[in-house]
Amino acid sequence: MSQENSKRKIIEISGLNFFYGKTRSLHNVNLDIHEKQVTAFIGPSGCGKSTLLRTLNRMYDLYPGQRAEGQIMYRGRNILESNQDLNMLRAKVGMVFQKPTPFPMSIYDNIAFGVRLYEDLSKGEMDERVEWALKKAALWTEVKDKLNKSGLSLSGGQQQRLCIARGVAVKPDVLLLDEPTSALDPISTSKVEELISELKQDYTIAIVTHNMQQAARCSDYTAYMYLGELVEFGETDQIFMNPARKETQDYITGRFG
Amino acid sequence: MMGEHSSKQYDLDLEAIRSKVLLMGGMVETQFLDAMTCFRIGNLERAERVMRDDDAVNQLELQLDDACSHLIVRRQPAANDLRTIMATIKVITDLERIGDEATKIARTAKALHSRGAVTVNHYEMVRGIANATSDMLHDALDCFARNDGAQALQLIAQDAIIDHEFRSIMRNLITFMMEDPRTISAALDTMWVAKAIERIGDHAKNIAEYVIYVVEGRDIRHSRPAATDAEPSNE
Repeated sequence: MSQENSKRKIIEISGLNFFYGKTRSLHNVNLDIHEKQVTAFIGPSGCGKSTLLRTLNRMYDLYPGQRAEGQIMYRGRNILESNQDLNMLRAKVGMVFQKPTPFPMSIYDNIAFGVRLYEDLSKGEMDERVEWALKKAALWTEVKDKLNKSGLSLSGGQQQRLCIARGVAVKPDVLLLDEPTSALDPISTSKVEELISELKQDYTIAIVTHNMQQAARCSDYTAYMYLGELVEFGETDQIFMNPARKETQDYITGRFG
Repeated sequence: MMGEHSSKQYDLDLEAIRSKVLLMGGMVETQFLDAMTCFRIGNLERAERVMRDDDAVNQLELQLDDACSHLIVRRQPAANDLRTIMATIKVITDLERIGDEATKIARTAKALHSRGAVTVNHYEMVRGIANATSDMLHDALDCFARNDGAQALQLIAQDAIIDHEFRSIMRNLITFMMEDPRTISAALDTMWVAKAIERIGDHAKNIAEYVIYVVEGRDIRHSRPAATDAEPSNE
């Protein structure tokens, strides 16, 4: 893993533990996320990969009884500290969920809504921003003539790209994707994957996926998790060609359980 | 050796490929032994059999290539499974070539013996290299069957001995030819046979190299011998 150090780390996780009430679901996780790279988290259901993703923008704070211990260093500070400004954090570390979650409003407002929370833009500037975000999400040509239509009128794949556009519109550093294609058909899936490789020019991406081929296709680094522990982390090619740990090999070759 | 896949069919598919490769390996081994026998005693019937067997070996190569493509498209193998399939595709190419070389030996033996003018002690000349190569081929197939990286490393070193032996046979035959031009025709035949044997040794070495790739994930082809001296990992 010597090459890892040569690339810039944007998030450094160390000694991370996570609790759902009394249940401990992450055990001493240590992991670095590299800037402008795609990091994939794989592992069986319940292994803690979504939990780990949710700690990165403290999404868990919305639920009582859930807490994280340890350190997640982002831009020089530990985001787990109680005085962290959560709105700023979530503006910088955006999230897209498994099921598309468009707001029941127009396509335009779906994008503008988030931007308005953080920035005060003129109508012209906002138009530009919406167009920019939709272009980033490779959705612009499909929706440019119907920006006033409801976001819910789009297909599943389009809705998911709308959500990614919404995440991109606030100009975050990091995008967290929690199984972004598991509800999509293969063509929409490949569009989202294509989008991921476009977006990594400008953003750091962390993706949770059940689809191992997807992790192999679109990530630079892969982390394999099991029972709340990080079993192996390394460059994606190495993980899929020649994993160091037998547990990882068993999982990615389908010898699991 | 390996745990089982969640999919039984996947295990069965891999096992079917594996046992077919070993079957093919056994066939080319027999081809080589038969070819050497007919080079030694001029048994023309055996020479015919070696050539006939070559068709069956070629057919197996086609079937195995096809089975590997199917497995890749259906299962998208990863890690050691992927390495096994990649190695298998290459192993069968080498096996098919070994079959070709054995056929060459049989054909030369047939020609040599039907001319009847055996003036050099042709078999004695290649006996050493033939036995060493036969052992090496057998061991290469054995370590492929058992995924034995340590044995594979030892085998790779043996190929140098065979190459050395080949060069000394050449020098020997050249001496014969210079001393008595009537031996030229038989000496040339013997040289072709020695060359074919030496090539079979190279193919056996290739197979050993693929075994290292399967077991350790490192590709040692075209690397200096020093790299192959390294201790195999504990896996």
